[in-house]
Amino acid sequence: MISRRIFMKNGGLALVSLGFAPTFLARTVAAAQSRRRVLITIFQRGAVDGLNMIVPFGERDYYAARPTLAIAKPGASADASIDLDGFFGLHPRLAPLKPLFDARQMAVVHACGSPDGTRSHFDAQDYMETATPGVRSTQDGWLNRYLHAREHQAATPFRAVALAPQLPRALQGLEPALAIGQIAQFGIRGGAAGDMVESSFESEYAAAADSVLHSTGREAFDAVKMLKSANLAQYAPANGAEYPRSAFGEALRQIAQLVKADVGLEVAFAESGNWDHHVNEGAAVGQLGTRLDDLARGIAALVRDLGDRMQDVVVLTMSEFGRAVVENGNRGTDHGHGNAMMIIGGAIRGGKVYGRWPGLAPEQRYEGRDLSVTTDFRAVFSEVVRGHLGLTDTRTVFPGFAAQSTLGFV
Amino acid sequence: MQVRNLVRIACVVALLQLTGVFAAPLASGIPAHPDDKTIVHVLNRLGFGPAPGDVERLRRIGLEKYIDQQLRPDTLADAGMAARLSGLDTLAKSSRELAEDYFVPAMMERRRTKQQAAAQPADAAMDKRGMRTPEQMELMQAQRRVFTDLAQQKILRAAYSERQLTEVMVDFWFNHFNVFAGKGQTRTYLTEYERDAIRPNALGSFRNLLGATAQSPAMLFYLDNWQSAAPAGAPTSVTSNSRPGQRAMPGRALGRRGRFGMPRPGRTIADLPPAAQTRRPRGLNENYARELMELHTLGVDGGYTQKDVQEVARAFTGWTIANPRQGGGFQFEPRMHDDGEKMVLGHRLKAGGGKRDAEEVLDILAAHPSTARFIATKLVRRFVSDQPPASLVDRAAARFRDTQGNIREVVRVIVTSPEFFAPDAYRAKVKTPFEFVAAAVRATSADAVNAMPLVTAMRDLGMAPYQCQPPTGYADRADAWVNTGALLNRMNFSVALTNGRLPGVKMRSADSLEAARDTIADEVLAGDLAPSTRATVAKASTPAQAIALLLGSPEFQRK
Repeated sequence: MISRRIFMKNGGLALVSLGFAPTFLARTVAAAQSRRRVLITIFQRGAVDGLNMIVPFGERDYYAARPTLAIAKPGASADASIDLDGFFGLHPRLAPLKPLFDARQMAVVHACGSPDGTRSHFDAQDYMETATPGVRSTQDGWLNRYLHAREHQAATPFRAVALAPQLPRALQGLEPALAIGQIAQFGIRGGAAGDMVESSFESEYAAAADSVLHSTGREAFDAVKMLKSANLAQYAPANGAEYPRSAFGEALRQIAQLVKADVGLEVAFAESGNWDHHVNEGAAVGQLGTRLDDLARGIAALVRDLGDRMQDVVVLTMSEFGRAVVENGNRGTDHGHGNAMMIIGGAIRGGKVYGRWPGLAPEQRYEGRDLSVTTDFRAVFSEVVRGHLGLTDTRTVFPGFAAQSTLGFV
Repeated sequence: MQVRNLVRIACVVALLQLTGVFAAPLASGIPAHPDDKTIVHVLNRLGFGPAPGDVERLRRIGLEKYIDQQLRPDTLADAGMAARLSGLDTLAKSSRELAEDYFVPAMMERRRTKQQAAAQPADAAMDKRGMRTPEQMELMQAQRRVFTDLAQQKILRAAYSERQLTEVMVDFWFNHFNVFAGKGQTRTYLTEYERDAIRPNALGSFRNLLGATAQSPAMLFYLDNWQSAAPAGAPTSVTSNSRPGQRAMPGRALGRRGRFGMPRPGRTIADLPPAAQTRRPRGLNENYARELMELHTLGVDGGYTQKDVQEVARAFTGWTIANPRQGGGFQFEPRMHDDGEKMVLGHRLKAGGGKRDAEEVLDILAAHPSTARFIATKLVRRFVSDQPPASLVDRAAARFRDTQGNIREVVRVIVTSPEFFAPDAYRAKVKTPFEFVAAAVRATSADAVNAMPLVTAMRDLGMAPYQCQPPTGYADRADAWVNTGALLNRMNFSVALTNGRLPGVKMRSADSLEAARDTIADEVLAGDLAPSTRATVAKASTPAQAIALLLGSPEFQRK
């Protein structure tokens, strides 16, 4: 709709709406209109094996450490890694992302992670979601603190949405945020007396002295009303995008739906679980491959579906920590430290693997066993918040953290 | 002389009392003349909320006696429960029976169709992928019964059992020692896990409970320990030079009696897919060792290191499962056990300990003060408040240490404490989805002949039973459960339940609905209904609608 408006104003920009505009034109458009920037975060819960996701095939120690799990060098076999820059490669099941990397719409930050050394999933997830590693008393999440720092009058109930049955820690805090399992199910199903039942529930919660339930109830009913007027019942992905038929694919499909409905979405959150492969992780094919396939096909479908809107969108993947360099006794990997993050967006400086590579020789590893961390995950977060979302002062979002330098991916 | 002895005895008795060796709590907070709110509080926290008549019954029995009865569930008759569960006939089966009757036939059928598809031309095989034969569908459905029976019994027991505290504790411990139905063979062992490892120990000795979970195939599978083995080059408990990879596998015939009582051709282990004939693994797997300390005993700050994780993993090598695909039991496999010396939390485990190594580790962990504190904190959070009062955690942890982890006595200290009965604790907790669904069934006296709609409701509310993937289990704090989507789903569940839209869950007849409405408003919510809520409910056009508005109200979400 927006692109049509631009088209009306200036016929010369018609290409934009077709989704293959040159980058400079796209940037002009981004500056010319008031469409809000969107951040979509994807949490790979369970600690993805970053060394097999973004494969350092140029490392001899990688192959020494993983006799059964290593992904072959590019070209070595049909299921080899896919070369990115002569040193790193994509896991073969991430093939759907390769065109994005080539189009410079995808960047990777490797050897990235937490300054805290915990190998507890739950602490590490909390630290990543609060963005205060080592501080367990933080109650609110970094995404919520960002929303708070950027409070504005035009905020809608759909400003921050997790497509999940629960609100993730990253979105908990002062600012309202929605948790929605299924958009189509979001509302009161009261049968014939539906409207009456809905308004009765609404008044119960509006009058509640219970502050937590009062505000959550109000957010819910505001969102229900807005959703009704947006009329989201029918949705067909654009450009032939095909989402994987999984919970993750479903979540991304609905995020795209919200982006395109112009309901004021600024921050979205999707869960991608089941990455904790201590046993039979599989190399090119197997458990990890299946999960990466779901991840890559989901993201590729989202990008295709959003088309030119990707100019305003950044997708950021994260996982609580990486996995040990050396495979364990069960063709799996135990908990490790450094990991890789992916950034996908229409306007980013992609086509590059960022970060300083620490090497995988035993003496280069963290505590002799894991990939060392050379980039604090908050450096990536804050670069997205500053560069993409445009918040200049990020001190309240990342308390106690000052990035030493920028990586330069946005 | 005699007097001196008497004095000495009196001193010893006084000391014993002070240190809390006797069972009776010293400082009971139980009010002598409880009001309705206090009675409802006890019903909400020791169980899944009041059913009609419960408040009156408790007033008659007296709080002190009720709490004591709940702590000693063997004294409570629970005849109705057996009838409720009678149709769920997989509940009593052994894991081996479940494997033979359900899981192995389904696996065989999958394998057979796979082979058939492979034999066909490539295009046809592609078409067949994802398609299921009628035989396969039937076997898959039959296999699903193992899970649906188990999930139904969970909600049925919570809704109808007289032993309410037992159900709270079974839920608490299952969640504490969480395993995930979706991980491989875990599903074969879930029924047995809850029935034989968790339930009998729910109010018993923590060390026994810990040991039962450690040896349960469900846990061994879920946290991968069954495959953890001595690293290459490490000494094992077997000095014989049997070649690695030659693991003895019993060749007993499978499926002699089929699920439908029909004799099937004898299948032997040789017929199983190649993956079943596991090569003996080599090398440590740290997964169980880490979660054992972080989640089951010491807590993440309990004072262990990465080195301890590795040493505990070494101690547990060889704790494995005889034959996971056939529902086999715990087995100690000496050829997988790292028999070298280990140092665990400053304790030396001598070389050659064999199976005893891991038992010693469990002894060390169960007796560790961090464990007492960690368990006490979690229990106080469950029973009292999301912000556990430090004073009560201290006393509960002390009781844990003094009684060598007697769960009954630790819970007794908590639920009879002044903190438990303090105004701060009253309605301080938000019901979890499980508690909410069970409480709604109790409050309405709905009759669940088929409990699957209730299981589905729990899933829609974000708490699918036995389906929590990470080992932490589900959260026990309000912030995990109060969110927009879940709140709307609670309202929708209330409407569906009272409208009779849940097949197999019967509401009462219309006239008794009116009585139910008043009971919920005045008794279940103990008069805590805000005037505004009461006014909204009064406008409802039918009693069923009024009940829906009560169950979905802010007040009912708390306990």
